[in-house]
Amino acid sequence: MTRPRIFVPRDAGALALGSDEVERAIIAAERKRGFDIKIVRTGSRGLFWLEPMIEVETAAGCVAYGPVGPEDVESLFAAGWLDGGPHALHLGRPEDIPFLKRQTRFTFARCGIIDRLSLADYRAHGGLRGLERALSLGPAEIIEEVTKSGLRGRGGAGFPTGIKWKTTADARAAQKYIVCNGDEGDSGTYADRMLMEGDPFCLIEGMAIAGIAVGATKGFVYIRSEYPHAIEIFGRAIEIARAEGVLGFGVAGSTYNFDIEVRVGAGAYVCGEETALLDSLEGKRGTVRAKPPLPAHHGAFGQPTVVNNVISLASVPAILSNGADAYRDVGYGRSRGTMPIQLAGNVKYRGLFETGFGLTLGEIVDDIGGGTATGRPVRAAQVGGPLGAYFPRSYFDTPFDYEAFAAKSGLIGHAGVTVFDDTVDMARMARFAMEFCSIESCGKCTPCRIGSTRGVEVIDRIVRGERRAENLVLLQDLCETMRFGSLCALGGFVPYPVTSALTHFPEDFGGAPISAAAAA
Amino acid sequence: MQTAWDHKRAEEIIEANRHLDGAALPILHALQHEFGYVDREAEPLIAHALNLSRAEIHGVVSFYHDFREAPAGQHVLKLCRAEACQAMGADALADQARGQLHVEWGETTADGRVTLEPVFCLGLCACAPAAMLDGRVVGALDKARLSALIDQARR
Repeated sequence: MTRPRIFVPRDAGALALGSDEVERAIIAAERKRGFDIKIVRTGSRGLFWLEPMIEVETAAGCVAYGPVGPEDVESLFAAGWLDGGPHALHLGRPEDIPFLKRQTRFTFARCGIIDRLSLADYRAHGGLRGLERALSLGPAEIIEEVTKSGLRGRGGAGFPTGIKWKTTADARAAQKYIVCNGDEGDSGTYADRMLMEGDPFCLIEGMAIAGIAVGATKGFVYIRSEYPHAIEIFGRAIEIARAEGVLGFGVAGSTYNFDIEVRVGAGAYVCGEETALLDSLEGKRGTVRAKPPLPAHHGAFGQPTVVNNVISLASVPAILSNGADAYRDVGYGRSRGTMPIQLAGNVKYRGLFETGFGLTLGEIVDDIGGGTATGRPVRAAQVGGPLGAYFPRSYFDTPFDYEAFAAKSGLIGHAGVTVFDDTVDMARMARFAMEFCSIESCGKCTPCRIGSTRGVEVIDRIVRGERRAENLVLLQDLCETMRFGSLCALGGFVPYPVTSALTHFPEDFGGAPISAAAAA
Repeated sequence: MQTAWDHKRAEEIIEANRHLDGAALPILHALQHEFGYVDREAEPLIAHALNLSRAEIHGVVSFYHDFREAPAGQHVLKLCRAEACQAMGADALADQARGQLHVEWGETTADGRVTLEPVFCLGLCACAPAAMLDGRVVGALDKARLSALIDQARR
């Protein structure tokens, strides 16, 4: 008889909710009963309101239980959970949970399912097939395939990945680099973290494919220091991949060489901007560079460099293994493929929902997210992190798509959706946006460095009712200056949360309420 | 437990990392890992090893929020102040933590036990409000859980 297997998530989110205490309780209960159980450490499936969600392998497949506390473990054994026995925490087959059932998981197909540090498990679940196909295609055809898939940068800018790769591939240099941007600083986003912790080989595979495609032999993954678990797991995955010949000289037995190094950020939000990230990688202050030259021509250490977000690179293995058409067939308008939407903040069903583009914001927040966690009415959703606009309910018919959000003076960014109930003070949120910008500005350009501080002061005056009309004009003017005069998206986009809060929620700034219809 | 500043040990750490491309950040992280902060004395050593000016290295050290000029308290409690945690009541928890510890952001309690720091996102936005105590993550904080966490740090 084979040892029964129990799958325990060790994603940082699950750990924050006590999955390691649950694991200790399982081990203690197992010893007491004399069972011999194999505990498999996975990432998270992304259903955080059910974490710690423990899965038990039975004759009829995996059965999930959650949210499990250490105090539940005794009763779970007593209920016969090793055979999928009934219990108040019994969730049934994980695939049948509506939140998972409705998803289209390409990039996160394995996350939360496999032993995250077993290359054999990775391979058994379709891993490395993309790399194998890439090796059979060769550089030009890989780029062709990625271009055909319609993949756009998942960090937020939405630039076509294939075109970026082509630019670097066409550049001539002795050394080129693949730089993976794992500096996921936007509040409301955690997809990069989940992937690096739950399926690190997927990112390694994507980076190796990118390296082969553009002729780069070295990759850097820049991970923020706020993610110690991701740093540890990804570092271990690199060592395993190297030891098993996936990285290093002769990638997967081919004639291509590629290796990866992890670099750790140091608590600067602006380093998520690609040129600031490159300066930081080079050991400098993380200040933004003027473009051109593009990183594709003149990137890390002055060499041609592909800078891609974690999710962009991790989407590549599935594109190669399933074919560009399978990816392209999903989506909406010019936004092709899937996006891991991250439901965050005050929302009932909090978690990662990978789906094709095109759902409306209302479907995402109300239907999939189930409204607020507090049970109060949803007042606003901020999409795209601290630099994203606050959308009121009257905008909830906006389809989740790069262009549709841009048309409404918003952005989808890295696809974080932070939900607020009706207790939120939108003037306070607008002030926070400016304050955050003033703390995190790299200081290179004046509109961002000084404008953000002036912005905080002007908002304070408006809220106090000091020469309100004049100061409102001043704030709009300041936002215009920041938007068009800043070098990068930090100063350039911080007007989005500020002006959206002001436009849609003027009553919070001491003004007369306007109707939802007028706001739309 | 971090060791006290040691000139010779610092030189060894710098030597072990100077071969890296863009070695400044890895060196600074390694020094802070060893000593709990980056001593001013380290700046000329790094500058010399990397053939940069002391001003350039000081510019790097002072740019990043992570690098400390002096050791922190025995425990470091980082509370998330970003939007997703705010949506779940992080502002009230921040007030509670400052009140309970009698410190402002970035300060250490008088007994040297706990340093309270703000953090802008731990990637635990689906488990908000979130905190990190000495590298251990804690989510779904409320008044009672935060109070227990602070008590734990103080012991």
